[in-house]
Amino acid sequence: MESKAIFADNLTKYYGKARGIDGLDLAVAPGEFFGFIGPNGAGKSTTIRTLLGLISPTAGKGQVLGMDIVRNKKAILERVGYLPSDTAFYNGMKVRDMLKLSADLRRKDCGAVSAELCERLQLDRDRKVEDLSFGNRKKVGIVCALQHEPELLILDEPTGGLDPLMQHEFFSILQERNQKGTTVFLSSHILSEIQRYCSRAAVIREGKIIACDSVEKLAKTGARRVTLRGSLKPDALPEARDWKETDGTVSFLYNDEMNQLVRTLAAADIRELTVAEPDLEEIVLHFYEKGGDQA
Amino acid sequence: MTLIRHELKQAWKALLIWTLSIGAFIVICLFMYPEMKSQMNSISSIFSSMGMFSSAFGLDTLDFGSLKGFYGIECGNILGIGGALFAALIGIAALANEEKNGTAEFLLTHPLRRTEIITAKLISVLIQILILNVVVWLMAVGSIAVIGEPVPWKEITLLHTAYFLLQVELACVCFGISAFLWKGGIGIGLGLAIALYFMNIIGNLTSKADVLKYITPFGYADGSEIFNKGALDGCKLLIGLAVSLIGVALAYWKYNKKDIR
Repeated sequence: MESKAIFADNLTKYYGKARGIDGLDLAVAPGEFFGFIGPNGAGKSTTIRTLLGLISPTAGKGQVLGMDIVRNKKAILERVGYLPSDTAFYNGMKVRDMLKLSADLRRKDCGAVSAELCERLQLDRDRKVEDLSFGNRKKVGIVCALQHEPELLILDEPTGGLDPLMQHEFFSILQERNQKGTTVFLSSHILSEIQRYCSRAAVIREGKIIACDSVEKLAKTGARRVTLRGSLKPDALPEARDWKETDGTVSFLYNDEMNQLVRTLAAADIRELTVAEPDLEEIVLHFYEKGGDQA
Repeated sequence: MTLIRHELKQAWKALLIWTLSIGAFIVICLFMYPEMKSQMNSISSIFSSMGMFSSAFGLDTLDFGSLKGFYGIECGNILGIGGALFAALIGIAALANEEKNGTAEFLLTHPLRRTEIITAKLISVLIQILILNVVVWLMAVGSIAVIGEPVPWKEITLLHTAYFLLQVELACVCFGISAFLWKGGIGIGLGLAIALYFMNIIGNLTSKADVLKYITPFGYADGSEIFNKGALDGCKLLIGLAVSLIGVALAYWKYNKKDIR
């Protein structure tokens, strides 16, 4: 069997009695651009921090690049680049020194790659890290995660604080790396990012993976966004979700018998009607997160 | 090596300030000594007959009128308290501050074993204490030479060695505690240093509390005792060494399995 870039089997982490993740199963193949979706507190960061050995699992097994996350922490970290969601650096250090420190701790000379990344992200290396804005600190984190050209990139909410132009540049860099064979594991709650860049994704809710498939399939459910002008009462369609009513316009998500929908609509007084495919965001929000039933 | 260098770079400003402050106080006091010496013969007998107060600070057994006595008492309070506070502060900050400042996530996702990180931080703490003590010792010896007094080499070196060991012990204990913290513990560090200092004073006051002098590292760094015996108390030092090792062992044990916040 080919070893996975990331593999988790029943991975569990409890902080005392508080749930971090609970029996999490995950498999990411080498070379994938993988999305990790879930609301705040679902266990995204706990999963990542457990995989990186910052915290130790309560139960279960985890592997990164075929190596055990408890026994081979150091070897794993040599080949992984990690971008934390909130990046803090040592006060008093210049960006240049910070990047150099990160490279030195890896015993690597990353000067050329580092310079190129700073150029592309427009990061001024002579500024002090504590004077940087959140977005610029994020850039320092990005360079630290990428400059040693790791085989696996683990990114936790990477685009927070970056302006749209920078986000675009950042994702171009990620795509280039991915084309060269780097596995990218992108944790995010911004679903448009996942939908746009990832080939596969997993949805995590309350510490468990509740869906894992290609982004296309995840988004392609029977669910439709129905928008109409006219009068329709919510109790006419009990299966509808995300019911919104404004100024005679009714909008809802529907994921049940189409005939049933058509019959109900035919009986009502409808002047305009659109039935469209919802985007991933709506699907995850309204189907994966309520009751966990797969839409 | 990279990590030790980084630690020292982060620390050098505070180290400089502490070293020069403690050194400067000692230098100033020593420069006042010639002036005081001429009036000391009468003062000395007053100092040594103030009962409890005298025994608390060792004034009853040290002759405040001699340079040795003066230095043992004066240096005891400046380097004793100052050095202890410094050692406690850097010890308690060593591991805990990474989490307090949010840099733990940066540091610990580099390919380093936790053990390597603990060792580098411990070495950096010890180097800082060594630098502070060597510089302060040089400043003290230099000042004594400048004011034209004969340098009591043996006594002064013994006393400074005792203070160095005291600081190492305190730093090791705080280092051990540091592994359990994730918010920084300046209060714990300072509190511990001051409590141990007063423990020694209480031990000096009454022979019933003599056991306290075996618990606190200030017990083996007592100027009057060292000068009178001409040596450090091996038994107290051994206890101190054991306590230091426990502190360090605790740090390795805890930090190696700690969940990083």
